Amino acid sequence: MQKIEKSEGSPAIALSDVSVTTPQRRLLLDHVSLTCDAGTTTVILGRSGSGKTTLLRTINGMIAASSGQIKVRSVDVQTADLTQLRRGIGYVIQETGLFPHFTIERNVGVVLEAIDRPRNDRIQRIRELLAAVGLDPASFAGRYPHQLSGGQRQRVGLARALAADPPILLMDEPFGALDPLTRAEMQDLLRNLLSRMRKTIVLVTHDVDEALYLADRIVLLQEGRLVTRVSPQEFLNSSAPEVAVFLRAYRRGARQMRSEINT
Amino acid sequence: MSNFLAHYGGEIAELTVEHLWLTGAAMLFAAVLAIPAGIWLTRKPQWARPVIAVTNVLQTIPSLAMFGFLLPLPWLGERAARIAIVALAAYALLPILRNTYAGICGIDPAVLEVARAIGLTGRQRLLMVELPLAASFIFAGLRTATVTCIGIATIAAAVGAGGLGELIFRGVASVDNRLVLAGAIPAALLALAADGLLGLLERRFKVPAA
Repeated sequence: MQKIEKSEGSPAIALSDVSVTTPQRRLLLDHVSLTCDAGTTTVILGRSGSGKTTLLRTINGMIAASSGQIKVRSVDVQTADLTQLRRGIGYVIQETGLFPHFTIERNVGVVLEAIDRPRNDRIQRIRELLAAVGLDPASFAGRYPHQLSGGQRQRVGLARALAADPPILLMDEPFGALDPLTRAEMQDLLRNLLSRMRKTIVLVTHDVDEALYLADRIVLLQEGRLVTRVSPQEFLNSSAPEVAVFLRAYRRGARQMRSEINT
Repeated sequence: MSNFLAHYGGEIAELTVEHLWLTGAAMLFAAVLAIPAGIWLTRKPQWARPVIAVTNVLQTIPSLAMFGFLLPLPWLGERAARIAIVALAAYALLPILRNTYAGICGIDPAVLEVARAIGLTGRQRLLMVELPLAASFIFAGLRTATVTCIGIATIAAAVGAGGLGELIFRGVASVDNRLVLAGAIPAALLALAADGLLGLLERRFKVPAA
């Protein structure tokens, strides 16, 4: 399959020969090697249970690799100070994991609070971030997560991940629980933000459309093995059977309509 | 009736204060022991079952027997109040421990995962996330424990620890219902007040689900 292209400097994220085995000896990741260049978006695609989330969580040390090496901006994750490492990596998950007892303002600023950023700086930054994700600071800052809709909560989750301006963002099915229209809005918002700030993103999804729309590189996982790593264009044109399965399941409705018109 | 109050009023007030002090000291001891223990159990869940079982057994010991067991012990046996406080604290352990443990275990795993993933230290996670989110549960445990202890503390008079039980025991011995009520009514009122106050705190810290 597609070989890794040249890039200046060391990659933002580099996994070499990473395996993860559960204590029950189940193999979750099977000798995966992958590099993500700085400023690019890598989308990890695969069925449920293919190891997508496991792969993502090895990058910030939430799951320890059983073998192999993971480097984040040249730092070895297995020996790194995980607290420090994680403060440089934004994290967004489907359930948002917003702190229910914090106001939106405090939720967004929690990382800044943890690193003792002065209060006035924090408030300034929180306002910028809320505005950047399309939430009016004046009306949202003082609310609590349960008073927000799913889409609004996901915006807050994104703002929180961006708060300390981390160079890397890990996103685990960030828009998976949203209705299709809200999901599309969030995808646009993310693309928009990314065009203005250089971030290295690793995003897990099972939505082919989302992968094609957001990715510089699509990585396909199957039963813990990396099947392919290609550009969206190459993915669409791929004849590999593992890719074809995904493409067949994609936009079936529209294709069926078209074929009915043609016959 | 007014005659009775004029005669016993001062004593009732004094014994009420004593009752409060016995229960308060016991609750303080129990909380200082059981809350950290409950937190520790969430880190070592394999210990949760055995430790909770032990505190459970403590609860099943009849209170009179418990006071009796402690009586011959050195230092403790010297002062009846010490026995009462230790025994009451033993009864208070289970509800506080169990609720602290359950309160932290019941926190949405996504919230705990994010707390870890964004680089909060263990201490920050405990103080900023776990304890505030479990606070309502912990107060509920304190409430149950306090109400129970206010009741059991009346038995402490049997070993001479004082408190409102003293009036009850005297009333029973002299077949004087007025004396029994003079001990029982203030004890019941104390229990109700503690229940209301801690219930208020419990609701104050309740976190709406997202």
